[in-house]
Order: sequence, then C-alpha cells, then structure tokens
Amino acid sequence: MTVRAAGVTGNSPALNIAIFAAFVAITLVVVFRASRNTKTAADYYAAGRSFTGPQNGVAIAGDYLSAASFLGIAGAIALNGYDGFLYSIGFLVAWLVALLLVAELLRNTGKYTMGDVLAFRMRQRPVRAAAATSTMVVSFFYLLAQMAGAGGLVALLLGITTKTGQSVVIAVVGVIMIVYVLVGGMKGTTWVQIIKAALLITGALAMTVWVLAKFGFNLSSLLGAAVDAGGASGEALLNPGKQYGGSETSKLDFVSLGLALVLGTAGLPHILMRFYTVPTAREARRSVVWAIVLIGVFYLFTLVLGYGAGAIVGPDAIRNAPGKANSAAPLLAEALGGPVLLGFIAAVAFATILAVVAGLTITASASFAHDIYANVIKKGQVDDKDAEVRVARITAVVIGVVAIVGGIVANGQNIAFLVALAFAVAASANLPTILFSLFWKRFNTSGALWSTYGGLASSIVLIVFSPAVSGKPAGAATPSMVQGVDFHWFPLENPGIVSIPLAFFLGWLGTVLSKERQDDKYAEMEVRALTGVGAEKAVAH
Amino acid sequence: MSTPEPHQDWAEVQAGAEFTELRRRLRVFVFPMTALFLLWYLVYVLLADYAHGFMSTKLVGDINVALVLGLGQFASTFAITALYVRYANRKLDPLATKLRADLEGAGE
Repeated sequence: MTVRAAGVTGNSPALNIAIFAAFVAITLVVVFRASRNTKTAADYYAAGRSFTGPQNGVAIAGDYLSAASFLGIAGAIALNGYDGFLYSIGFLVAWLVALLLVAELLRNTGKYTMGDVLAFRMRQRPVRAAAATSTMVVSFFYLLAQMAGAGGLVALLLGITTKTGQSVVIAVVGVIMIVYVLVGGMKGTTWVQIIKAALLITGALAMTVWVLAKFGFNLSSLLGAAVDAGGASGEALLNPGKQYGGSETSKLDFVSLGLALVLGTAGLPHILMRFYTVPTAREARRSVVWAIVLIGVFYLFTLVLGYGAGAIVGPDAIRNAPGKANSAAPLLAEALGGPVLLGFIAAVAFATILAVVAGLTITASASFAHDIYANVIKKGQVDDKDAEVRVARITAVVIGVVAIVGGIVANGQNIAFLVALAFAVAASANLPTILFSLFWKRFNTSGALWSTYGGLASSIVLIVFSPAVSGKPAGAATPSMVQGVDFHWFPLENPGIVSIPLAFFLGWLGTVLSKERQDDKYAEMEVRALTGVGAEKAVAH
Repeated sequence: MSTPEPHQDWAEVQAGAEFTELRRRLRVFVFPMTALFLLWYLVYVLLADYAHGFMSTKLVGDINVALVLGLGQFASTFAITALYVRYANRKLDPLATKLRADLEGAGE
C-alpha cells in the first residue's frame, strides 16, 4: 500500500462523518432528556446517585477505555507484538486495587469529589486545595492526551491533513463535549459513556469474531499468520522484549511503567467520581465487577485485533499509513468489512474521545467548584447550592476551552507519554494519600499534604527532566517532546518507580513530624466507611 | 450531611465487638489478597522484562509461556473479583447492614 495524503485507502470521509453525526444526534437527545431532572448539586455532580451498579459499570468502561487503549493498544500489539499486550494487563489488574481497597469505602465517606474523602478528618482548606490541585493536574494531562489524539484521528479518518482543518475539528469536538457537560451534567455524561461503551465493545466483539473466523477460531493459527506477515522479525512478535528489551534502562523503564499502570487507576479522579453516582457501597462494588468484566473482555478483543491487524493488514502497511500504529484497528476494519465497518469504527473512536473528555471535564469542574470555591474560598459557607453548580458550569466551559486550545497546540505530540504522565501522577499524588487516609489512624493533615504535593512535584519534575521531554532525536521511534535542546538527567521516561515509593514515604514522614491527631474523626470515618452509616442516598425525583 | 442522623459516640462504636469483627473480616481478606495479586503481577512483569528465553518457550503451536501467563493475569483478576464478591456478600454485608441499622435506629 502506498502512503495516501487522503488518509486510509478505501476510506470514505463522508460516510465516517455521517455515522459520527448520527451518534452525536442520538446522544444529544439523550443528554437533553437527562437534563430535565438535573436540578441540585447532587444531580449535577453525581447524577442524583440514581444509577445502578451495572449501568455505572458500563459507564466506567466507557470512561476508562480511551482512544489510546483502543487504537493505541491494538496498534502496539500489531507492531510490537507481546509488549503491547503488557499495557492492557496493567490497565486491567489495576482494577483490583479499586475493588478491594478503594471503591466502597470511598462511596461511603464522600459526596462528590476525591477531596471529600481526603479532607474528611483533616483540616479542610489545605487538604481540599491539595486534592483539587492534583485532580486538576491529572485530569488536564489526561484531557490533553485525548484532545491531541483527536488531531491524529482526524488526519487518519476524515482525510484532513492541514493543521488548520484539524484544529477546526478539534474545536468542534470540544464544543460538543461542553454542551454534553453543561446541559446533561453527570447524568448526561454518564449516558454518553454508556452508549459509547456499548458501541465500542460491540464493534470490537464483531471484529474479533470476524478475525477469529478467518483463522478457524484457532488462536495459534492467528499468531502464526501474524508471524509470517511480520517477515524476518515476525517471530519476535510473540515474545516479550521487542519494544522494552533493548537495554537495561528500557527494561527498568518498563518496571516503572508497570507500577504506574497498576497503581494509577485507583487514583484517577474521574474514575473515583463515578462511584458517587450509585446509591450504595454495594452498588459501587457491583459497578467495579461489571467494569472489570467489560474491560477485561475488551482487552482480550484487542489482543485478537492487534495480531489480526498484523496478520491481515501487515506491519508495513500499518507503519506507512498516516497515524502509523493508531491506524491498525481502522485498517483492519476496512480490510474486513469495507468502508461501512471502517466508518463505524471511526465514529466509535470519535465517540470515545468525546465521552472520555466529557468525564474528565465534569470531574475537574466539580473539584474546582466543590473543593476550591465552596470549601476553600467560601469556607464551606455556600448558602445557595445553585451558586456552586453555577461555578461548576462556568469552570466546565473554561476547561473545555483550555482543552480545545491545548489539543490544538499539542496536536501531533507523543500522546502515550501524556497518558503515562497522568497515571504516574495519579499513582504518586493520589493513591498513597487515599490509602493512608482510609486505613491509617495516625495519618494527619501534614501527612496528606506531604504525600499529595510530594508525589505531584516529584513525578512532574522527573518527567520534565526525562528523555520523554528532551534528549531523544526526532528520528527516534518515540521522539522527545522538545527538540534541539537536551536538559534531561533522569534516565527513565516513567517516574513511577521513584515517585510512588517516595510519596508513600513522604506521607509517613509528614505524619510523624506533626503532632496533630484526629482519633475521634478517624473513628467516625472508619465506622462510616465500613458500615455506610449516614452515607449520601439516592435523590428521588 | 443530607441525612438527618442521631449523634453517635463514634469511638465507642469503633471499639465495639461487632465493629472490630467487621474490620477484622475486611482486612483479613483485602490485605493478603492485595499483596498476593500485586506480587503475582510484579513476578509476571519481571519475567516479561528479564526472562525472555523462558517466556518465549512454545507450549502448543505458536502459543508460548508469555501468552499463557498473560492470560493467567486475566484469569486471576476475574477469579479474585469473584472470590471477593462472594466473601463480601456472605461475611461483610450482613454484619455491616446490621451495624448500620443499629446505629441509624439508635436516636429514634
């Protein structure tokens, strides 16, 4: 196949746009219907806590399975084989941390945000400010990665190659997302995520069955075909090490990445916030169970799709297509089902970006309005709950605009590193603070501030001075973000292996250096967390 | 708090026999299980990272040790999820529900 400026061969941009427009039209109707019941803060932030566990589980899958995990992992498996599969395993196993340690206790102790739980028994203002800062930093990097990815997707699927044209599409995606969040609040956002998850998983299932059918439902034959299509280096696709096995540094980098993946998920604020949309801790548990099953099955599909793309499309064709690895799944769809299936998969990929970005925006805006505005600026004395929701809506618009501008500026950047950064910051700044706060009686305000800010600062500083930002030439497989200067001194691209243990240590050190003890408040928090006494109930309409 | 609730002596509840038992039951399951799956994940990552020869050993056709262990991570994740749900339904929920009912009814 030759490189075409017009995107993937056999691509029909008009068809892709039509299918995507249908998705937007349907979801907008759903969002407007959902908005009729959005009145109070609990409605806007937590969808009135009225979703069932299974519904929330599907929405979590919709929130979690980003374009990076769909297009990115399928492409990584097609080109790098087994090493691509390692990502999905980290992303899945991470859910056990959420299931066993975080989801139910968080649901019982908080109302709307991560800050509710962290500040429960601490001095409110400093801890809420820290929680909101870290929420916004994590959400911002995650948001940037999604929006930057949209630019590449546009080039690939709509045949728009000029930067100006791509910028217009990024802006359109951003505006639709703002409408979802403003109009539908958490309820509308949740329905968008549910619809998107259903489409994504159905599409992936159909393609998986199709690929397997071509190989007589024999996984070994599929792998063999991928090896044959890979030519001289084909055999390496089946074994670990193709991407990370190069040097001792890259091996260590992989351990660091693995740690960030497995510990980051339960610290992602937009995931944590979803646990408030169900009425009880038991429903929160059911949500995670549904999410684990759906996400696990989906990653098994991507394994088949990745090797399937390698076998049917071939690694050279993928490498030469615009969008490179990201084009593996769309090219496979085209090879299997022609322009119609490609159009469907393209629309699903856009829907994925929309749904994830909407979830991130509502989380960041809720954290600003609830933690910073209502509790830090107004010191918890907001007479009028409407004022808080109004602030959240205004913040959502601001974040949406920042996301559009950031997406346009970051268009073409290495998005894998932005996602890894979000996970590393979440694992360093949020998870230690959450775990200490739920399980350690002695933990106090000073400890919470040290672990949050320490984890945040160390992970960001290490990333800034890592080869991901400077020092790798433009010709490298994953070039640095900044070219022409080299100021890196930290050898690894992922800071997790240093910053996560450091944040746990700082949380401990900050705690023992302070005399503050809140044993009574811990007693209240623990009893509430384990029994659900006085937990926020569903809003009846 | 939107739920009107009676004043509680939280420390007294926390020190009570039933609550201590609930906490023991939760921790005795989730802490060892977390250690177990993290250890198993770490062993897997280190094998994939440093034991390429072993991981590349073919078992059946083109299916090698790496793929079987990787799918094993999926299987263990699903299995631990199922075990926890069963444990929580049988051992945690009844006790938590009883404690909650006692506490919320106390002030009426």
